[in-house]
Amino acid sequence: MPVKMLDGNGAAVEAVRLVRPGVIAAYPITPQSSIAEHLADEVAGGRIKAEYIRVESEHSAMSVCLGAQLTGVRAVTATSSVGLALMHEVCGMTSGCRLPMVMHVVNRSLAAPWSLWCDHSDTMAERDSGWLQFYAGTVQDVLDLYLAGIRISEHPDVLTPSMICQDGFFLSHSMQKVDVPEDSAAFGFVGQYRRQNMYLDPEDPIFVNDLTPTDDYGEMRYQQMVGFRNAAAVAEEVFAEFQRRFGRRLETVRPYMLEDAEVAVVTMGSMSGTARYVVDQLRAQGIRAGALQIVMYRPFPAGAVARVLGQIPVIGVVDRSAGLGAVCPPTCTEVAAALRGKANEIRSFIGGLAGRDISNHSFERIFADLLAIRAGKRDTHCQWFDLRANPMDIRVLSGEEDAECIK
Amino acid sequence: MYKIAVKTDSLVTPGINACQGCALELIMRNVLDVLGRDTVLIIPPGCSAMFSGSGIESGVKVAGIQGNLENSAAIACGVARGFKNQGNTHTKVVAFTGDGGTVDIGLQALSGAMERNENILYICYDNEAYMNTGVQGSSSTPAGAATTTTTPAGKLGRSKDLMRIVMAHDVPYAASAFVANLPDLRRKVRRAGDTQGTSVLHIHSPCPTGWGYHSSKSIELAMEAVQSGAWLLFEFAEGRLQLNREPGKLGEIDAYVNGQKRFRGFTQAQREQLKKDIITRYRTMNAGMQT
Repeated sequence: MPVKMLDGNGAAVEAVRLVRPGVIAAYPITPQSSIAEHLADEVAGGRIKAEYIRVESEHSAMSVCLGAQLTGVRAVTATSSVGLALMHEVCGMTSGCRLPMVMHVVNRSLAAPWSLWCDHSDTMAERDSGWLQFYAGTVQDVLDLYLAGIRISEHPDVLTPSMICQDGFFLSHSMQKVDVPEDSAAFGFVGQYRRQNMYLDPEDPIFVNDLTPTDDYGEMRYQQMVGFRNAAAVAEEVFAEFQRRFGRRLETVRPYMLEDAEVAVVTMGSMSGTARYVVDQLRAQGIRAGALQIVMYRPFPAGAVARVLGQIPVIGVVDRSAGLGAVCPPTCTEVAAALRGKANEIRSFIGGLAGRDISNHSFERIFADLLAIRAGKRDTHCQWFDLRANPMDIRVLSGEEDAECIK
Repeated sequence: MYKIAVKTDSLVTPGINACQGCALELIMRNVLDVLGRDTVLIIPPGCSAMFSGSGIESGVKVAGIQGNLENSAAIACGVARGFKNQGNTHTKVVAFTGDGGTVDIGLQALSGAMERNENILYICYDNEAYMNTGVQGSSSTPAGAATTTTTPAGKLGRSKDLMRIVMAHDVPYAASAFVANLPDLRRKVRRAGDTQGTSVLHIHSPCPTGWGYHSSKSIELAMEAVQSGAWLLFEFAEGRLQLNREPGKLGEIDAYVNGQKRFRGFTQAQREQLKKDIITRYRTMNAGMQT
């Protein structure tokens, strides 16, 4: 298998090339832009035999893909942040029409305030939009999860679109060594696209998505739920086949040193490697620490989470989004629901917003907190980590500084 | 007994639940009759959504999708490019939307499609307000016309001129049409369908429910609109603008306006302003023809 040096966006482009899409529609947004640029290069160079449409918005990008995929081709777009938010309305169309589209999302904070950098607030806002969600931990994951996502989404028992999420800059612009499968091997795995369920064909006319009465709507949502439920089992089958073909192991969750752990953190995305590094350090000191990386967030792998975390006394769930107004933020909510009725102490940790680095020191502090809880400390359920000492008091100018500015 | 024979090879199913006297239904029947079965329709929510149907019933016998209100042009682009990628360049891809879905919320997607000169036919049937949701004003609502979201005295300010925006994109073919001359409308649909690249049809669509007139008067009102110049009939092709019919009574809007309840609060000043606007637009278009 040829090895290439690629950043996350480069791996995303390679993955798209390998599945041979018919239509690509893209609108640039940092940090996704190099995907839009390189896909244009690939089409111009004839390496992808697709129509490339330089659309005027992300809303149109998703709309173009919706129309294109209904004609019976794989349709591709990619986005970030407010671009994903703009797509939201049409994302529901795509999932409701049961179109198995797979989209790269390069995670970036939502505005306001403006930020260019990574957190998961964009995709977390889409967690109920009827799309499967997978979060890459490495650049290799970006490529592998896209190929696997195509198979999972297009499975007749699933027929549900997927978002392949990668952390903006931490993965999208970070060069790593990537095994890129040969074209024929990759296409042998994903196969030719076949239209299923709904399509647009003048020779077999269907009117897609008419006004649906109360009599049918709930049942159609129920069918989507069944698609999600099936996706969990299909993902296991597809990951097993992926490993047989390509030798790399994909999992819905990645447990690390959990068997005898007394304290553990739950992570998603690029922070996960850092968490495992800190676990190694703590283990070297004789501390029974562990880590769990959630790869598949939708459907949430509650069974697998309960199985690997069920016996661990103290668990800290790290969310890279704020979950404002909730009892706890999105990942922690899911983990707590998966562990309901069990005796675990679960704590929520919020941080890494707008690209603030989640370093080894961050995890050292989180583990220290979890160990204190293990030793009997009780405190608030939800904690923001690595915050500045004066979060309510930033950017405040004193009267003198004001006067200085005016001068 | 009066026996009504119905020819049933129409691509619009019988029993469409349009309001009595609705011009939109006449437009759709003629558009599909001209374009034929090898057509895909993209319809937004709105009056035209009655053709996409409800539940298991569809109002048309061609393939289509009801998309969102603002993305008919973009979905059409995707469908056309998807077909092209598979070697199908014969199917007509038609966005069929109202004025709200075009000049208000859909203008961005339409502009993008026109700029890229996508191979689609975009039809805007213009009933000059959001009729399906209960006659709310749109940017196509004429000055002085009352809607449920304008002042009772009628809309302040003018309507947006869709076709001058379209022509600014230099599309290969654009035309306006009306329902009192169906052979002319059908000719334009055929030409638009045969055009490579983006074609845009703007079709006057009198609405008895929203405009407040008797349902038997739709054709007469359409004729009055064209004779007074309130609706200009023209074609734009290869950069040239051609007026199809001189308004015989330019600026004489009384017969058009007096027949509609939406203008019941019309003041003399508003009447004079609308006349002036109609004459100005006519002159602007004429000037456009000479350059």
